[in-house]
Amino acid sequence: MDITLQSIVFVLVALAMILCSVLTVTTKSLLRSATYLLFVLLGTALLYFLLDYTFLGAAQIIVYAGGIVVLFVFAILLTRSDKSLNAKLKVSKILSSAVAAVAGLVVFGFCILSHSFAGQIAPSGKELDMKEVGIALMGDGKFQYLLPFEAVSILLLACLIGGILIARKR
Amino acid sequence: MNGFLDYYNFKPVAEWIHSSLCGVMPEGLALFLEGLVVAVVIILLYAILAIALIYMERKVCAFFQCRLGPMRVGKWGLLQVFADVFKILIKEIIKLKNSDHFLYELAPYLVILASILTFSCLPWHNGMGIIDFNIGIFFVLAVSSIEVVGILLAGWSSNSKYTLIGAMRSGAMMISYELSLGMAMLAMVALSGTMSISGIVESQADGWNIFKGHIPAWIAFIVYLIAGNAEANRGPFDLAEAEQELTAGYHTEYSGMHFGFFYLAEYLNLFIVSGIAATVFLGGWMPLHIAGLDAFNQVMDYIPGVVWFFGKAFLIVFLLMWIKWTFPRLRIDQILTLEWKYLIPICLFNLLLMVVLKVYGLVF
Repeated sequence: MDITLQSIVFVLVALAMILCSVLTVTTKSLLRSATYLLFVLLGTALLYFLLDYTFLGAAQIIVYAGGIVVLFVFAILLTRSDKSLNAKLKVSKILSSAVAAVAGLVVFGFCILSHSFAGQIAPSGKELDMKEVGIALMGDGKFQYLLPFEAVSILLLACLIGGILIARKR
Repeated sequence: MNGFLDYYNFKPVAEWIHSSLCGVMPEGLALFLEGLVVAVVIILLYAILAIALIYMERKVCAFFQCRLGPMRVGKWGLLQVFADVFKILIKEIIKLKNSDHFLYELAPYLVILASILTFSCLPWHNGMGIIDFNIGIFFVLAVSSIEVVGILLAGWSSNSKYTLIGAMRSGAMMISYELSLGMAMLAMVALSGTMSISGIVESQADGWNIFKGHIPAWIAFIVYLIAGNAEANRGPFDLAEAEQELTAGYHTEYSGMHFGFFYLAEYLNLFIVSGIAATVFLGGWMPLHIAGLDAFNQVMDYIPGVVWFFGKAFLIVFLLMWIKWTFPRLRIDQILTLEWKYLIPICLFNLLLMVVLKVYGLVF
């Protein structure tokens, strides 16, 4: 296997993502944790760009970096919950988390190893056309996603109404 | 017909450089070296434009206030900004006690990263767009949202009340105005039928979008200018750094070049907002074309695209500076009311209007 620029970039991004993911869960400060999470999400977006799926990459950035992480940071700034992280963990809690982690590793490992991926998913060197994505998202034929799209929008509406209901003062 | 437009096209040169580099080295290495050179060019251009914009801002501000502005250093104060840059480069970067150093030092880089990424999407010249995806405009909106994270982190990690309040205010403002910015863009994307920046510019070969889209395009243009001004944290929307109440907002505690990064990003964001407006509404590098008048179009084609682009961008920069030095600063509640109660309904209505006009073929 010859080393291409693509694979070098992939390895670098993947290593950075692994490092940041570990730091996300090991760091003591809540805000640092959110920042490392931001790096992981940006790394995911970079992987999409590497695969020439620019739409998903940009969506990843605008939804996660611009939306979710900002929301996290806002919530952390407004709530002052930094002290709870310094509390000592109980042994039972550590054990149960370890069991959950190992179980997750087994499930994911089994899925990845048993699933036969469609050959080498190498970038085709061609961007996926925006029109194709749009038509697939909005069409009601086979392999098109109008119904899930609308269902998700109803979910979001429910969240909005719920949020207003909780926040509203009588 | 477009003889002269093709004459100025940069693409053949770029392809020639690429193919001759590939002749002597593997393609990956060639791409890497080209990327490196382009990155250096972008950063240089970024710095030079910042100097030009700061000088322009000081002069425009001075003339609006019946002053002369910087006059002592060099002819008409031309060297003043260089002196200031030199001064800021040799200043000490202060380390704060009891603050999160990692986040404190990271924040300016996040802000400048978002700014440079959007900066490199601008269509400088025919065939000279640096980042040109088929989702170009969406990419611009996406990466510009990283800036909010940088501002919030800067405000929090400085460990001061002024910076925290400043960061909160400007975070809330930027998140809100991103919506109407995006929807104004969406209306124009509906008109052009493409999101790619080069595609949008090429679709304006027979007239700029602001003439082709008439009423909805003008509404979108005005909304875009207001929202863009807010995104750049300037003009009547500069309450993040309301000097009287908050000293300097989220960058109060920064010194030296770290403060310089925020300052650079602010001015360059002004230019980026203008550049995107020039691209989407005024045709980017595309000369002024009127469908049907071929002789006139031919004459306009003699002026190279890069002149057109900078001309349009600086025209809008001047417009925004005019607004900044004319209007007083708004309060945070006024800003949020303007966005949520006026601009967003206008934008939604405008999007609908644009789509209806486009579907019935009522746009040019």
